[in-house]
Amino acid sequence: MLSAEQSCWFVRKVIFWRAVASIAWAVLLLPPITAVFVIISRFSLLHPIQAVSECLSFLTSASAIFSFILLCGVIIMVGFLNLEYYTVIPTIACSKIALLGQLLHPRQFVNSLGHCIMGIIVAWCCAITVGGRYETIADPCAQGDGSPQMCLNEYHLILLLAGAFVGFSHSLLGVIYNMNYVSFHTVQQYKYLRFKGSLSLVLKCSATQALYSVRNYIVVYFFLGYIPKAWICKTLNLHLNSSVHPLDSIAGLLDLSLLYHLWISASFLLFTWHLTLLLFRVFVTEVYSFPVQSSFTEDAHQCLPTVLTDKQPMILKFLALLDLALLSQHSPSRRSEVFSLSQPGGHPHNWNAISKECLSLLADLTQRLIAYHDTVATNGRAKSLSTGSERKTSSESSVTSGTEDLMSPRPTLLMKTPASVFARSIVGCPQSPLTAPFTPDLDSPFASPALRRLTAPMDQCSPWFGTVQSPHIMRRVPKLWSTSTDSQVNGSPLASPASVPSPKQEPSKPSLLAQFLQNRKEQVKNVLAKRVLIMYLFNKLPEASSQALFADSQAHIWALEGLSYLVQSSFSEDQFGVVQTALPSILSCMLGLQEAVDRHFKLPHASSKPVRSASSMGDSTHKTLRFALRATLKTSIYRITTTFGNHLNAVKMSAEHRKRLQQFLEYKE
Amino acid sequence: MQLYPVVTQITAIWTNFLFHTFTTYSTICTRDSNTVYCHINLLSCSYIYQLMSFYINSPLSCAVVVPKWLSVSSGCTLALLRWFSSFHGSLFPHLTVSCMSSEDMLAEFSQVLNWSDCVVRAFAWHPHTDKFAVALLDDSIKIYNPKSATTPTLKHRLQRSVAAVQWKPLCATALAVACQNCLLVWHVDPCSLSTRPSSGCAQVLSHPGHSPITSIAWSPSGSLLVSASPMDTAMMVWDVASESGVPLQRVGGGGVTFLSWSPDGSHVLASTPSALFRVWETRMWTCERWPCVKGRCQSGCWSPDGSRLLFTVQGETVIYALTFTDTPAGVPTCTSKGSQAAAVVADLSETTFNTPDGDIIVGGEIQSLAWDPTGERLAVLLKGDPQAADRPAIIAVFKTRTNPIFELLPCGFVQGEPGTEPRLMQFHPNFQHGALLTVCWSSGRITHMPFYFLSAGVPHFGLSGSPSLPRPQERPADFAKQSLFTELMS
Repeated sequence: MLSAEQSCWFVRKVIFWRAVASIAWAVLLLPPITAVFVIISRFSLLHPIQAVSECLSFLTSASAIFSFILLCGVIIMVGFLNLEYYTVIPTIACSKIALLGQLLHPRQFVNSLGHCIMGIIVAWCCAITVGGRYETIADPCAQGDGSPQMCLNEYHLILLLAGAFVGFSHSLLGVIYNMNYVSFHTVQQYKYLRFKGSLSLVLKCSATQALYSVRNYIVVYFFLGYIPKAWICKTLNLHLNSSVHPLDSIAGLLDLSLLYHLWISASFLLFTWHLTLLLFRVFVTEVYSFPVQSSFTEDAHQCLPTVLTDKQPMILKFLALLDLALLSQHSPSRRSEVFSLSQPGGHPHNWNAISKECLSLLADLTQRLIAYHDTVATNGRAKSLSTGSERKTSSESSVTSGTEDLMSPRPTLLMKTPASVFARSIVGCPQSPLTAPFTPDLDSPFASPALRRLTAPMDQCSPWFGTVQSPHIMRRVPKLWSTSTDSQVNGSPLASPASVPSPKQEPSKPSLLAQFLQNRKEQVKNVLAKRVLIMYLFNKLPEASSQALFADSQAHIWALEGLSYLVQSSFSEDQFGVVQTALPSILSCMLGLQEAVDRHFKLPHASSKPVRSASSMGDSTHKTLRFALRATLKTSIYRITTTFGNHLNAVKMSAEHRKRLQQFLEYKE
Repeated sequence: MQLYPVVTQITAIWTNFLFHTFTTYSTICTRDSNTVYCHINLLSCSYIYQLMSFYINSPLSCAVVVPKWLSVSSGCTLALLRWFSSFHGSLFPHLTVSCMSSEDMLAEFSQVLNWSDCVVRAFAWHPHTDKFAVALLDDSIKIYNPKSATTPTLKHRLQRSVAAVQWKPLCATALAVACQNCLLVWHVDPCSLSTRPSSGCAQVLSHPGHSPITSIAWSPSGSLLVSASPMDTAMMVWDVASESGVPLQRVGGGGVTFLSWSPDGSHVLASTPSALFRVWETRMWTCERWPCVKGRCQSGCWSPDGSRLLFTVQGETVIYALTFTDTPAGVPTCTSKGSQAAAVVADLSETTFNTPDGDIIVGGEIQSLAWDPTGERLAVLLKGDPQAADRPAIIAVFKTRTNPIFELLPCGFVQGEPGTEPRLMQFHPNFQHGALLTVCWSSGRITHMPFYFLSAGVPHFGLSGSPSLPRPQERPADFAKQSLFTELMS
């Protein structure tokens, strides 16, 4: 997978160098940050001048230079982890279990381990920097009998472990808050200004996150601190100094200076890492201007029309679409290249390629929405199916995104859920028709046909196929599940007729119900208790399905903007009328998408606004992408209708679309 | 601002001290150059500055022979203080401005004349249709639509002290409202029959420190919304759909009071409370600084092609013009090179007119400017003097031409009924037969004044029946009956 991404010229020539530049800047910024850290950590109010001179002498000492080199190494490592793990399409966990799966994924485990080790290294540098009692791990101490021996310096240990803990929690929070997601800003700014604008936010985030991490760490150390202490003592053959108060006690941890140093070290650690991440985001999301057409054939693969159709590195597609949106909006000369005809032959190849790709993107989204809506509609409410269908859409997107979604835990999930379905079908089937004839069962994810279909091998290779092709088949499945008795469990669900009338089975049930209630009360209780936990894990997080559905909508937004601006400017700039031919398909595609989006927003949870979390490095723009898409879609259609006005009545389209278009022409949408 | 009385007291003591010990100038001056320095803080420096300049310039000091080193050091001190106090406003806009309440601030920086007692506090035409929104004194907003019988009234818990409203371009529903503490974006369905849309239809956009909001502007492409507050040095650029805002901060000026987006979407005018305004270029969001000589930029408007900016400065009676030429397309440079200095295009200093009703003095400071979308008429709202009966607030209308050269010709005045004065004006964004100026009067009446003319720049195809000939509008209020429709305010 890695080789596929590496092979792309864009990643090799652009993204890689952008990442290198961002790392270089992070390394360059390290000396001032370290100097500030040294001053803050060593400053004392009582002897300010002495403290400053001490700081200066420390900064020139050999140990400081050595620890600085280590810090540089850590920054470079963090930068490469950023490059390795970043994604432009966020991975959205639709249930607690999916989130758990993400956290336990081997790739994530490697990431956490790396962050742990780097945390220890940074904490060691901090210990050297702060100096004093933190400096060494072993102190000479006098034992009871007066013989000198080496004792463990717990202050050093607590700082090192704090580094490991903060690094680990940073990597976990990264998964939960999608910190590896790189979002694109609607407001284009120069790199320096973007960096400067976000700097204060990064500082605030680092300080608050460090505060929470240190709080959690202290709790953990209070209860479990004796384990690493004993282990270190054993491996390094050190003794515990009995004359010093142990730190994993209340009195030991209530040392304000210790807490301050822990917090300041954690802030320093997080700030340098967050800064590296910020620089990486700023550099990677910078606009890249692709040539619209090239006079040399060997450069043809770098031109906008070809680059747009590339599936492989998602970042390339995104940057190409961004460039398209910007050129259609701001630069008439590049627009004229788009509208131009090929020299021999006179074909509008550029426009054809661009419009085709944009339209296929939009059509893809429309299909996805319709399929999702059908799946939901068949089961009445959105709840039961969404877990399954999201998984489908996201796995679909991971198919297109290819290596971008490397850390996506979908495969493990796909393996896991079928197992639980089977577990349920053995344990829970008997009472499912009894305790809850229909609705609660539909709400539970086990009964969902989507999950069931996940067991089928077909779904794993082409996860989409089933939903689009056969909505009526699925319509049958839930009934079969809910009405299925023991005899039907093993039978093929497709073989039995769809119209098994459920009321028919009802009369026979009360006796069964009584039997079960009387005989297996204890068992039901056990199962229910298990179910609460399982339900907690499997229950869909609200609105996550909508988020997952629109996870890559930034691409659609740019496609819409690019198309609509090009169509708008074609009114005056398109000399050969190349856009005219595509106008009906563009309009019908947009109107179709508009209809699908409207229908989607009528679903529960789709239009509820997410809670905004301001103070976190994680980017939450993906949570509002669906709203942005809806607004952009409307604006795009209006852009076309206001430009062309009544001329659009001459465009051929279906009656339904014409009706919808008329709404736009009268400004009633 | 509890610090002010304390400071005043200190300076009072100092004044006494200075004057009591005046005979021994050396004492004063050493006090002067030592102690005053020690007491410099940002609050008191302007006071001390005034005090010192008074002392240096006072006739008493002339009688004393001042040694040269003393005068030089005092001069340096003064220069330093002056330099320091120049930063005062730019670094801490809150200190200069926050002695006003937010209501006063809104009144000060609003485009509406006498905003605080105005019945109609804000007015906005929809950019594409014939509906408009009116914000009233009781903080409600009414939407009038000639095609619909219902008049939706928008009320929201947070909708207080509305300073500006604006419809989103390329959208039928969204209306942005600048309130005291936040920014509201209403989504009013034009097909809905409801007269009281619930507050669930409003999006609330807020950012810490960004209030009160005095001005808002939508990008003509409808994608972004900028908002300005005199208390916040940053201008916010909102992506309304995702409710995320990007603060654009620059040092100097302190706060942003008025925003105007050029019709072609390439530039944004942002004026500050101090004698400085900025013109942002919207592609990469860089800005040009334009320091003014006298006061802050009070109002401004763009020509329809976005190449020319007219603006007025508080305390001056002239209209300035700035031209912006677009960079060659495709070249990714982002600073727009234009003229290096603003040119005076019109002098509106006071002139006496003889009318049958008596002499009227017209002219003076300018409250706001409006340029019609065809670029043929410019309306200028003159402040007048509320105390003097013969100097009413009045709207002066100019004929303008932008191509091939910029021309400005006087056209006429718009005056209301006796006893009323114009407070707010706006041109209809797409009036077919010329220009339609809507004026909100102090009486609460809103009138539409059509200017019929054949546009020179935009040829009118298929315009059945020539409209009435262009004629001078000495009292065009009479034509209000011919307008599309008239809404009378209660």
